[in-house]
Amino acid sequence: MNLDFSALNGYWSYFVDGAWLTLRLSVLGVLFGTFFGVLLALVRLSRIWVLKFLAVTYIEIIRGTPMLVQILIIYYALPTVGINLPAFVAGVVALTINSAAYMAEVFRAGIQAIDKGQTEAARSLGMSRGMTMRLIVLPQAFRNMLPAIGNELIVIIKDSSLISVVGLAELLYNARTIQGVTFRSFEPLLVAGGIYFIMTFTLSRLLILLERRMGQR
Amino acid sequence: MIEIQELRKSFGKNEVLKGISSTISKGEVVAVIGPSGSGKSTFLRCLNRLEEPTGGTIRFEGRDVTGAQKDLNSIRQKMGMVFQHFNLFPHMSVLDNLTVSPRKVKGLGKEEAEKIALELLRTVGLEDKRDARPDSLSGGQKQRIAIARALAMQPDVMLFDEPTSALDPEMVGEVLDVMKKLAQQGMTMIIVTHEMGFAREVADRLIFMDGGYIVEEGNPREVFAAPQHERTREFLSKVL
Repeated sequence: MNLDFSALNGYWSYFVDGAWLTLRLSVLGVLFGTFFGVLLALVRLSRIWVLKFLAVTYIEIIRGTPMLVQILIIYYALPTVGINLPAFVAGVVALTINSAAYMAEVFRAGIQAIDKGQTEAARSLGMSRGMTMRLIVLPQAFRNMLPAIGNELIVIIKDSSLISVVGLAELLYNARTIQGVTFRSFEPLLVAGGIYFIMTFTLSRLLILLERRMGQR
Repeated sequence: MIEIQELRKSFGKNEVLKGISSTISKGEVVAVIGPSGSGKSTFLRCLNRLEEPTGGTIRFEGRDVTGAQKDLNSIRQKMGMVFQHFNLFPHMSVLDNLTVSPRKVKGLGKEEAEKIALELLRTVGLEDKRDARPDSLSGGQKQRIAIARALAMQPDVMLFDEPTSALDPEMVGEVLDVMKKLAQQGMTMIIVTHEMGFAREVADRLIFMDGGYIVEEGNPREVFAAPQHERTREFLSKVL
């Protein structure tokens, strides 16, 4: 096997564009996923059993079915019932519903790990439930959850490659396009893999730094 | 100030409080003693509804605690609580521990809240720790901060749930000193404790609980000197 990366000359901008789209997909997926994940976790921990049941059902279904199937449903099946989402939006939606389900479990575990005494102290000082959650429990839970959140961010970046099946020109899709035009099978995929790795590795290093800084306080 | 009538609490089938009635007046210092499992901590925790009573009524400054829903948070503001395990907020500085509730719950300005907080830190002798993190403090220091935190809400009554039980012996004194000072200033206090010497010296009234009942209550000196009930005698002979 002779690797010849010069065969890719002239196509490098495709990698850059693809990586940029991957990054945008991932960031949006993470942001929305975290937001809805926190909501889901709070609903799951609430005392209203109907909501709790719905949250658990959602989490179990999303976690228990392949994301590829979900993406295909969102992009190819929903239009038949009149819901037409552009490829990018479909991608963000797929990443969001997934990361929300996983994040919800991360947050739930993180919240439950905080000592009950913290809540009791806050409530005994007159704080409401919401205030206690926002000011006392979540900030502490967040610190403990950083490693798990980091894992989830890395998974989202990698899973965004699945969105290539709907023809969205993200990193993997572009790599395969370049495969087609250059007739090189290895090089485009190696470059794409390398770029994914750079993104996830940078992220995991940043998270270690963040953990260390939060740990110091 | 606090009227407790026929207070009951069950955990599942296990009835921990079997009808407690008592009245606590303003400025009174009440020590609650008894063997472990006697229900004394549960009793205290029912007063600000950290435990939900299963029966009876509690009235605090004329307001119904047991039935309160929306009112509960405002009632709790007036009842400070100190826990065995301090429960300081580890993600905040000492000063923020003291100011977070006055600011967020009572809506005090930062300056005013800090002024009150610093004065309290001075009272408990820990002014220099204002920017410290709770994790860097000793147990005795943590508990003094926890007392100051509860006082920062300017409560009318202070509840102490075995405040020295988690402390190393050499740190018990500093916490009891702060509590003694508080009692001398006229604070209404209910203290669940194993510190018999402190109870005798500081309390106006001693309540001995066993098996979910108040077995005996009265002036601590008298109860210690001449307990009326067999169970009180038995307990005191073990701990004194």
